[in-house]
This record gives sequence, structure tokens and C-alpha cells, in this order.
Amino acid sequence: MGAVEKTIPADLDQSRFDQWFDQRFETKMAEREAAHVPSLSIIATKGTLDWAYPPFILASTAAALGWDVSVFFTFYGLELLKKDLHLEISPLGNPSMPMKMPFGPKWLKDINWNVPNLIMAGVPGFEKVATGLMAQTVKKKGVATIDELRSACIEADVKLFACQMTVDLFGYSQDEFIPEIEGWIGAASFLPTAQKSDVCLFV
Amino acid sequence: MSTPATHSLDARGLNCPLPILRTKKALSTMGAGETLAITSTDPGSLKDMQAFCKQTGHELVSSNSLQGEFVFIVRKP
Repeated sequence: MGAVEKTIPADLDQSRFDQWFDQRFETKMAEREAAHVPSLSIIATKGTLDWAYPPFILASTAAALGWDVSVFFTFYGLELLKKDLHLEISPLGNPSMPMKMPFGPKWLKDINWNVPNLIMAGVPGFEKVATGLMAQTVKKKGVATIDELRSACIEADVKLFACQMTVDLFGYSQDEFIPEIEGWIGAASFLPTAQKSDVCLFV
Repeated sequence: MSTPATHSLDARGLNCPLPILRTKKALSTMGAGETLAITSTDPGSLKDMQAFCKQTGHELVSSNSLQGEFVFIVRKP
């Protein structure tokens, strides 16, 4: 597209004006799009080890792409902002979770141990075992730990918001949480941020 | 590869999204026009690196795969 005249042409008639306006409009829109910083809002509501990954992976990656990122941690999601992360994984009610051995020969690692949910529920210590297995798998496969991803988010200026209501509800105190939290807010404060973002996810 | 990169990053053994995060970190310490050579083993990094460069305005000078390893050269604008 050639240079667009910035001033209104003198010999203006309707069709010439329309043409001028369309060109100018297109240029302006292209400028606007080029200057636009994409934004992402995530509402993180789950506090198990497996569900801790999606919000932190998406947030850190978006930040690496230069996006403006905010995450609102509410209900069990608040666990992800604790100073000491004690995240566990529960295979219970998680029927599509593969149960695989992180060690041993390949044929052994490839077996998906189809343990019925009812047994998982009944065996004491099963969640500890599952958590241990997942932690080993994560390490072996070169996947980041939640701690690493969270640090990456903080380093990249991802804004982490904590839900004040949840803190009151579960009887937490603010000093159990990392100091990098951007604010202790409620739904009414986060929704306007979510409204303006290009991508909004509930995890 | 005609000119060697000015910086290098070993992202082998790391999985999504770590290669991208480390790349971003390495690039942020570099000057304009400098190049970074990234080696990775994550097959996903092939597509991810293209997307990263496109979105952030970096130039993906080259992208090669050799025996399960990927080598990317990225130039900072």
C-alpha cells in the first residue's frame, strides 16, 4: 500500500473521501495492531501437583513471548503461592491419568498400570506413591519443577494475585505466602483485568 | 552456517517451556544484532522457536536438526 495522504484532499467528493478514509483506516488499524501487547489472564483454582503445571507453563511461556500476564489464584489454587510448596497428586477421580513406572527397562516403563480408582482410594499412602512417581518422571523427562516455573513467572513480571476471600475462608495467614504476590484481591478486582485481556483461561 | 553465533545456549534435555524461557533469558542479556545458537532435544522446540521468534520480532536465522538434536540461530533485532 502506498503512502496515504494525512490531510483531507481538497477536491473532496464522496467517493474520493470514502477511498481516502478506507486507506487511512487500514493504516491506522495496522499501526494499532503492531503496537498492541497481547495479554493473558488465568484463573487458577486447583492445588494438586498435576494441575499446578498448566497455569505456570502458560503464564511463563506467554511472558517469554512478551505478553502481559496476570494470574488470579483462588480456592485450592492458592496452594500454588505458598512459600513451601507441598503439592501432591491424587489419582483418585482422575481416571485418565496414566500410571507408569519412571524407572526400569523400557518395557516396564511402557506398561500403564490400570489400578481401579476404588483401590487407589482404599490403599493408605497411595497419593504419596503417585506423587513420588510423578516427581521422578518430571525430573527424568527434563520438565521444570513447579518451583522453577513459578520463579520464571516472577522473573518475567507475571502478576500473581491471591484471592483474599480464600485466605479468610481457609484460615490462612498472608505470611504463609510468597512476598512477590502483587495483590490480595477479590473477584470484583480481577474481572476487569480479565475483561481487557485477549486470552482468559479458567484452570 | 556462515558466521558463528556470538552467544550459545545448551537447552538439551529440557522440555517445554524451558527451552523458550532460557532462550528469552539469554537474549535479554545480549545486544542488538548479536546472535544466539540454541541446542535442544525437545522436538516441540522446532515449532515453538518459530512461534517465539515470530511473536517477539527476533530473526530465526537458521534451524537445523541433526541426530535428534536441534540447533537454532536467533538474531536479536
